Amino acid sequence: MLLWIIFAVMTAAAALAVVWPLAHKPRAAAGGSDLVVYQDQLEEIERDRNAGLIGEPEAQAARVEVSRRLLAAADVHALPPPPPLWHRRVAALVAVGVLCSLPIVLYAVLGSPGIPDQPAYARLALPSDHDSIAALVGQVEQRLAQNPNDGAGWQVIAPVYMRMGRIDDAVAAFRKSLALNGETATRDSDLGEALVAAANGVVTVEAKKLFERAAALESNNAKARYFLGLADEQDGNREAAVAKWRALLQSAPANAPWAEFVRQSLARVDGQPVTGPGPSAQDVAAAANMPEAQRAQMIRAMVAKLSDQLHANGANVDGWLRLVRAYVVLGDEDKAKAAAGEAKRALAERPDDLKRIDDLVRTLGLQG
Amino acid sequence: MIPELGHYALMLAFGIALIQGTMPIVGARTNDPVLMSMAVPTALAQFAFIAIAFAALAECYVVSDFSVLNVYENSNTTMPLIYRLTSIWGNHEGSMMLWVSILAFFGALVAVFGNNLPAMLKANALGVQGWIAAAFELFILTTSNPFLRIPNAPFEGRDLNPILQDPGLAFHPPMLYLGYVGFSITFSFAIAALLEGRIDAAWARWVRPWTLIAWMCLTLGIAGGSYWSYYELGWGGFWFWDPVENASLMPWLAGTALLHSAVVMEKREALKIWTILLAILAFSLSLVGTFLVRSGVLTSVHAFAVDPSRGVFILIILLIFIGGALSLYAWRAPLLKQGGLFAPISREGALVFNNLFLVTACATVFIGTLYPLALQSLTGEKISVGPPFFDLTFGPLFIPLMIAMPFGPLMGWKRGDLVGAAQRLLAAAIVAALAMAAAFAIVRGGPVLAPLGVGVAVFVMAGAVTDIAERTMILRLPPRAAVRRAIGLPRSAWGTAAAHFGIGLTLLGIIGVTAWGSERIAEVKPGGSLQIVHYRLTFDGVTHRTGPNYQDVVGHFTVHRGSELIGVMKPSRRAFPDRGMATTEAALMSRGVSQLYVSIGDPNRDGSIPVRLYFKPYVLLIWLGAVFMFCGGALSLSDRRLRVGAPRPAKAKPPKPEPPKPPKPEPTLQPAE
Repeated sequence: MLLWIIFAVMTAAAALAVVWPLAHKPRAAAGGSDLVVYQDQLEEIERDRNAGLIGEPEAQAARVEVSRRLLAAADVHALPPPPPLWHRRVAALVAVGVLCSLPIVLYAVLGSPGIPDQPAYARLALPSDHDSIAALVGQVEQRLAQNPNDGAGWQVIAPVYMRMGRIDDAVAAFRKSLALNGETATRDSDLGEALVAAANGVVTVEAKKLFERAAALESNNAKARYFLGLADEQDGNREAAVAKWRALLQSAPANAPWAEFVRQSLARVDGQPVTGPGPSAQDVAAAANMPEAQRAQMIRAMVAKLSDQLHANGANVDGWLRLVRAYVVLGDEDKAKAAAGEAKRALAERPDDLKRIDDLVRTLGLQG
Repeated sequence: MIPELGHYALMLAFGIALIQGTMPIVGARTNDPVLMSMAVPTALAQFAFIAIAFAALAECYVVSDFSVLNVYENSNTTMPLIYRLTSIWGNHEGSMMLWVSILAFFGALVAVFGNNLPAMLKANALGVQGWIAAAFELFILTTSNPFLRIPNAPFEGRDLNPILQDPGLAFHPPMLYLGYVGFSITFSFAIAALLEGRIDAAWARWVRPWTLIAWMCLTLGIAGGSYWSYYELGWGGFWFWDPVENASLMPWLAGTALLHSAVVMEKREALKIWTILLAILAFSLSLVGTFLVRSGVLTSVHAFAVDPSRGVFILIILLIFIGGALSLYAWRAPLLKQGGLFAPISREGALVFNNLFLVTACATVFIGTLYPLALQSLTGEKISVGPPFFDLTFGPLFIPLMIAMPFGPLMGWKRGDLVGAAQRLLAAAIVAALAMAAAFAIVRGGPVLAPLGVGVAVFVMAGAVTDIAERTMILRLPPRAAVRRAIGLPRSAWGTAAAHFGIGLTLLGIIGVTAWGSERIAEVKPGGSLQIVHYRLTFDGVTHRTGPNYQDVVGHFTVHRGSELIGVMKPSRRAFPDRGMATTEAALMSRGVSQLYVSIGDPNRDGSIPVRLYFKPYVLLIWLGAVFMFCGGALSLSDRRLRVGAPRPAKAKPPKPEPPKPPKPEPTLQPAE
């Protein structure tokens, strides 16, 4: 509301400034005519003459010339009479009309009256409930920009990035923390976890090395042991994965928060019931009881179903990612490549999604 | 609310500009004094609202309000306050805001100080200013709006282009724009005169101070930009004949010509039509400069974001204003009364000579700048018109101009005495010849023509001194009388001498640095040293330093001359993480008016660094000359006397002197420009 009041005041001030002369009688034509200028010039010649700056002959010649101009200037043609008063009234109406309509029409098109001011310092000093985490992050980022060697800062901000989904920033921050604060099993495995997240769940070579180092530094580091198992699974070595996770569960403290998660993973590869996205629990349970060939058959059928769904509605990046991964797990690289190609066509207009597909293709080594 | 207020103020200013562009001109056509008097309040209101808009934008930058797209894209909370302020115009949108702010400022100046102008002239001139303002405000609102908002404001901005994070940004663009836009005033007066169909004495009296202000600011703006590129780009070049630089040089040349032809017009009412044309050309070339820089036709550090719609819009503005002005000129100029007559050998003649050469030089630059662009857009063929073209064309045009320059002020109005002037310049010529001989004798190497150039430069400077010596008669009168004459001398005479002297200084600096500069490019390891001219630089190693939004790798060099330690130089490589860019921060050490210049590259793995080392003899004279020119302009501007050229009577021989008083009448004694 205040905004509109100020707009009204500004408009009124502008209109007043423009209409002011129309409401007043004109003063007699002020100042500057040629005559005044030439008279000034004549006086100037006298001054220079008296100061000895020019000699009398020059002064005389100048006087003659200026006087000639003076006479010519006095010989001005008569001007037409001033126009009638209604001219001015129309002018005033037009002027006020323009000022009251044009700016506000423009503003209606271009303005953003609903967006409040958001000066950075005020936002950092007084975070609102709405974006307090973002504001805190902003504060820390600002400190880190000034002092990029602040290891503690990187350590604090990295998990926050992770939770906010800023995976690439998280990777960079974990890396910094690792480099600045020195190596520990936790820092190795945290960075590894971020790398896995950045690679859409694939345990990359670099991540695997990190987990191995973490496990070497601290043999009971649960995160490293879990992901090493996952790496085995992705390498197709299910038995190794199952063995690792079983051992992990055995050594787990009674109330370890991650135990349930490991149990689910174990169930996934070992045929125990799981919940969550992907095939339904019954499907998996059924699959577990099938002979090997039949199980593969069923998996293929599910993959085909997913593929059909995606061909009907391609705007599902997670589905495409799962499909590509599924083909790789089934050992069918050509189909994986084809699926990746179709995914790219289907998602051509979404650069972010395309990037995820590309990343997966790269990490799975499907290029070319 | 602040950005919205600024946005609305800009829209109001646009509305006011439309009224300012129509009512006073209608008033002038119908001889309605009331409508004409609307020019003043509209011009003032225009300035007030543009000032509000600019202040609002500035406030958004100061408090880093990233809900404003323009602030988000060009600022960052880690930048120091001064760069947050200068980044207002360190981008396309903001620089256009600066453009219209200066335009409105000049309009307000005319409104406030124009009391002695004839009402009709003032109404028409301010009306034309209104058109220009309206065109550029519409351009800003539709294609380059700095007040657009982002609903969910990011927490950090993208930072300013690191090359622009420099004090130079606080100085160079505003000065340059003061110059460009200053010529809009002379343009408006010229169009007003054409609309009215007559030019009177007040016209001439009024145009010259504005030309002077614009010319002074443009001179300093160009010099500032030249110095900035000299130290910022890392290889010590002060002028590249780059199209963007030429874009600023063209209005300067036309403006210099205008300055001199306006003198003739003011004093003798001659060259009226020519002066009008120059006034139109100077501003047209400013617009061309704006177009070249702002349209994205050229890629350079000045181009910022490139958006074709902007280029088309500016091109339309350009065509309307330049085409319209020249058509009006072709139609109305024949109606104007011709002024006084003069002999070819006279002060006027000398100024016409000056004008011809300046305008030809300007045309040369124009062709050299625009021909490659036109060729590329028509045939797709890329050609490069570089320094060789300009050295071969611009140089030969400037040398006769320089040689003729000292003669002008020594000649009388209407009828001059070339032989007399030459006699009085004899001393200057001797000094110049001695300097030339000394340059031949002392300096080894360098181009053969360089000592001749030194001779010309010294001749120009000595000529300026001669002018003052002649006017004060310092060699002929007792000192006290000479001092009295010096005090009584119009300040504009001092101004002329200072500006001409400055040209000589600049020329001397250019010749010195291009002919005798030396350069070493090498890789040095810590402990290693480099020798250049008399100086030995030892590289002591690098250190790291962290600034508010950058990290420096600083090289440490100790400088010895012989065995004497004369200082430490610390060039650096500066990395800006927010933009992922690095800049070179050269280290400069002044030795008199010469400079040592060191810049470094990124350190190699073995600890060595690539080094560019220069010795730049007399380089500071280039910019010192520009400062002299500026001061000359300021002196002349402060001279409020009316300027009348007092012609020497044709036949009547001056009475034989009755020394010592009254002083001998001299053709050179008029209060000069």
